[in-house]
Amino acid sequence: MNQTLFFKNRIAVRSRASMVGPKEGKGPLAEYFDVIMPDDLLGKPSWEQAESEMVRRTVLMCAEKGGLPAESISVVLAGDLLNQLMSSGFAARELGTPFFGLYGACSTFVEGLVLGSVLIDGGYRENAVCAASSHFCTAERQFRFPLELGTQRPPAAQWTATAAGAMLLDARKENAPAYVTHGTIGRVIDYQITDASHMGAAMAPAVADTIMAHFQDTKRDFRDYDLIATGDLGWIGRNLLKELLIQRGVKVDDEKLFDCGANLFYQEQDPHAGGSGCGCVASVTCGYLMKLMEQRDVRRLLVVGSGAMLSTTSQQQGESIPGIAYAACLEGE
Amino acid sequence: MQNKREQKKYRQYDQLVKRLTPGSNYLQGYVRAFWVGGLICVIGQLISIAGEEWLGMTDASASMLTSVVLIFLGTTLTGLGVYDDIGRYAGAGSIVPITGFANSIASPAIEFRREGLVLGVGAKLFAISGPVLVYGIVSSIAVGIIYWLAGRIF
Repeated sequence: MNQTLFFKNRIAVRSRASMVGPKEGKGPLAEYFDVIMPDDLLGKPSWEQAESEMVRRTVLMCAEKGGLPAESISVVLAGDLLNQLMSSGFAARELGTPFFGLYGACSTFVEGLVLGSVLIDGGYRENAVCAASSHFCTAERQFRFPLELGTQRPPAAQWTATAAGAMLLDARKENAPAYVTHGTIGRVIDYQITDASHMGAAMAPAVADTIMAHFQDTKRDFRDYDLIATGDLGWIGRNLLKELLIQRGVKVDDEKLFDCGANLFYQEQDPHAGGSGCGCVASVTCGYLMKLMEQRDVRRLLVVGSGAMLSTTSQQQGESIPGIAYAACLEGE
Repeated sequence: MQNKREQKKYRQYDQLVKRLTPGSNYLQGYVRAFWVGGLICVIGQLISIAGEEWLGMTDASASMLTSVVLIFLGTTLTGLGVYDDIGRYAGAGSIVPITGFANSIASPAIEFRREGLVLGVGAKLFAISGPVLVYGIVSSIAVGIIYWLAGRIF
C-alpha cells in the first residue's frame, strides 16, 4: 500500500513564523523563535482567545515575511487541540481568508503541510499558509485538571507547549530555502496503550509505521537524510521509536534522530518527558529546523508530526489511545 | 491466529514501554508526603488546642474551628497560586488533608470563572470533589443503616 505523495512541482517554503510562551522562551531553542510572549494571555480576557490571537499573529507575520499581503493568502490550513478547533476557527474569522480547519492532534502541522502542498501542486491554490497552535492552559483545562489543583505528574507525562508556528508555501519560481518534495500520509495505529499520561508510548508505533512507509515508498533510509525530526514523542517516546525501528531492521543513526518535544525545554524546567502539543512541532520546525535549512546545515529533512487521537470521552470509556503520524520531506537547493 | 499475533505484538510493546519508562521515585514521594501531610495535621492540632485552651471551646466547637481555619488556609493558598506548587512537591501529603479538599473546590472555581457564575463556577465547582462527595455520602448512609439495624438486633 503506497502512502507517499511525490510532488511534481516545486513547492517552495517561502517564509515561516513562530511564537512561543514565556516558559518555552526560556528553553534551549529560545533564540530561534520570532516572538516570545511576555505572558500567557496576550492582553486577552481568556486563554482560548489568547491562543486564537497567537494563530492570527503568526499567520500574518508569516505572510508579511514572505512579502505576501494578507488578502492575497489563498488558503490557510490550521488546527489546534481544542474542541471544535476553537483557536484556529476564531483566528480564521479575523483573518477572513479561505480556510481549512484540520484535526490531527499534535500531527496537525505536518498534516497541513502535506495537504497545502497538494493544493499547490494540483494548481488549485497559488499559496498556502500551514499553521498549528497549542496553549498549556487551554489544553490542561480541556484534557486534564484546573491549573491550581495540587496534583503530581508521572515521569512519562509531557508538557503541552504554548506555541504556534506558520509556514507559507507557494509555487513561485524564485529560490527558497527549502522545498516540500514528498508527503507521507499516516495510518491510525493503536498498540493498546491506555495511559493518557504516556503519549510518547501511544504515538511511537504510528511514527515508526509512517517512517517505514516513507522509506519503502521512496526507497530511502537514514543515510538519505541529514535529519529526521519527530514532533513530540518526548525523550522516552524517542527511545521507543528507536527500538521499534531497529526491530524492523532499520539502521538507525542516533545523531540524525531529533525530537522537537525533547528539545523544547531544559530538564530543570520540569517538563518531565518533554514538550508536546500542536504548537511544539510547528514552532520548532518553523523556528529552529528551518533555520538549519537556511544555513544549509541540513539539506534534506524529514519532519514527522505525530498525534494521539484520544478524547476525554474515549478515555473515560476505557478506549486505548490510537496514534497517527504524517511525514513531509523538505529539501534545500 | 492473526488476532493472537496482534496480541503478542501489543504485549511485547507493553513490555518495551515498561522497560524504557522510568518509574516514580516512591521513597522520595513517601518522605515528602509524610512530612508535609504531618505538618498540616500538626497545624490542625495546634488550632484545636488553641481553641480549647484560649477560647474556652468545647471539643466539638474546637474541631469545627480547626476545619474552618484549615479550609480557609487551603482556599487562600490556592487563590495565591501556591497550593499547586505544594501539591507538586508533596503529592498525597497535601491532597488527603482537608486543605486538599478545599483546593479541589477552589481551583475549578478559579479556572471556570470565565465561563460565568452559573454555567462556569456553579456547574464546575464540584468537578473534582463531586465523586468524593457522592461516594462519601452514599457510604455514610450505608453505615447509618447498618448502625441502626445493629442497634435493633443487639
